[in-house]
Amino acid sequence: MTAATNSTPKIRATNLHKRFGRKVVLDGLDLDVAVGESVVVIGGSGTGKSVLLKSILGLMEPEEGSIEIDGQPVIGLSTGDREKINRKFGMLFQGGALFDSLKVWENIAFGLIQGGHTDRAKARDIAYAKLADVGLTPDVGELWPAELSGGMQKRVGLARAIATTPEIIFFDEPTTGLDPIMADVINDLIVKCTRELGATTLSITHDMASARKIADRIAMLYNGKIIWQGPTSQIDSSGNEFVDQFIHGRAEGPIRMEVRAP
Amino acid sequence: MNIFQPIGKAFLGFLGAAGRLTLFAVISVSHCVRPPIYPRLIGRQMIEIGYYSLPVVGLTTLFSGMVLALQSYTGFARFSAESAVPNVVVLSMTRELGPVLAGLMVAGRIGAAMAAEIGTMRVTEQIDALTTLSTNPHKYLVAPRLIAGLTMLPLLVLVGDIIGVFGGYLISVYKLGFNPAIYIKNTWQYMESLDVVSGLVKAAVFGFIVALMGCYHGYHSRGGAQGVGAATTNAVVSASILILISNYLITEMFFAK
Repeated sequence: MTAATNSTPKIRATNLHKRFGRKVVLDGLDLDVAVGESVVVIGGSGTGKSVLLKSILGLMEPEEGSIEIDGQPVIGLSTGDREKINRKFGMLFQGGALFDSLKVWENIAFGLIQGGHTDRAKARDIAYAKLADVGLTPDVGELWPAELSGGMQKRVGLARAIATTPEIIFFDEPTTGLDPIMADVINDLIVKCTRELGATTLSITHDMASARKIADRIAMLYNGKIIWQGPTSQIDSSGNEFVDQFIHGRAEGPIRMEVRAP
Repeated sequence: MNIFQPIGKAFLGFLGAAGRLTLFAVISVSHCVRPPIYPRLIGRQMIEIGYYSLPVVGLTTLFSGMVLALQSYTGFARFSAESAVPNVVVLSMTRELGPVLAGLMVAGRIGAAMAAEIGTMRVTEQIDALTTLSTNPHKYLVAPRLIAGLTMLPLLVLVGDIIGVFGGYLISVYKLGFNPAIYIKNTWQYMESLDVVSGLVKAAVFGFIVALMGCYHGYHSRGGAQGVGAATTNAVVSASILILISNYLITEMFFAK
């Protein structure tokens, strides 16, 4: 294992390649995320944002390239070692991905009980505290996920993502499918919760309002590569025609939208 | 020349699928015997497979036992061998009909439910969520179902055997005029422990097959509701075929001369 230093990025992806059949999704992607930094990767539908996230999470294996977490290479790890690395992670899925068969509080406490081996009663107390952190009342804890609205499911997903006090939190399209007000509520909660934890975050979205709110740095993914990255304040003056087209949502421009998802 | 191309492609596809299934089974079985074990999940699956399948297995074996008594009575009457009805009922139920009927009914009920549940978890990213929460899906989802299938189907079959023999008894005594005491005596006298044991071994194998196929097809389902539907169908069809094939192989193993 490589010892992490202050200059070691929390997440480093180098020269990632991934293809599905003849479709090249990642084509030599490089991305660093510093400790405590919040990076948002933007890009159109089907550009490989989810593939990037799944590759870092170990849900998918790139054909080429390396991924390091705290300086430790994580591609090809054994199941046990991968589970140890995953204990550093929290993840908010696009659709919430709450477990239907468990109550809301059990969903939030899942990582503590199964992964962290915390006592069930203690995990329940932590779950209710996290529920309050995301602005939900205690009675929600006894409901089933199917009884919640989309916005509430996102909040519960966020509570589950932060319950284990992870070092790195991933957000997959956190505001997709929500009305603008609820989207802003979720963005505020993401900023609040990640600041309180001091966590490093990597998000993927095509919602520019969300990206502007939660990102320290924005990176644009196009054709399997990061074609521009810089501080959020510079996104409007990037001088990159691809970025300009994307952030202004124009149909005309150099970006040709992918029809098929990878 | 070209006719060999699709044959070769299909054969390679079959080998690939067999390899993937074997690998899935080996990984899942290894998680059955390595800690941590989840007693709560195993218990829940045992109730689902054992307790909730009891009515359907009970009804199936009851009526099968009744039909068996009627059919063998009318058939054996042609050569005056009606007295063999108790023996035929008990041997058929314990050796064949009990395990095979219970296996097929449980494949339809439980195999489909497992494939649908795990398939839905796959397409809604719940299985990915398990992995990111440092929980191995094979250990959390598959192993409890395999253990429950392996242990509960023999118990179901044992109960089904008794109900099936009772069905034969009901018809023989109340419709065909057999003496109750003689019927029970003949049933006991000609039944050997190997008849029951072979049926229970079959049941354990069938329970494993049903759970394995349900989990395998659910775990690998793709593409939303249609994919989950296809996984459910494939789970039931493949489990049913494997049950019938393994039934022959186990029968050969126990009874071939």
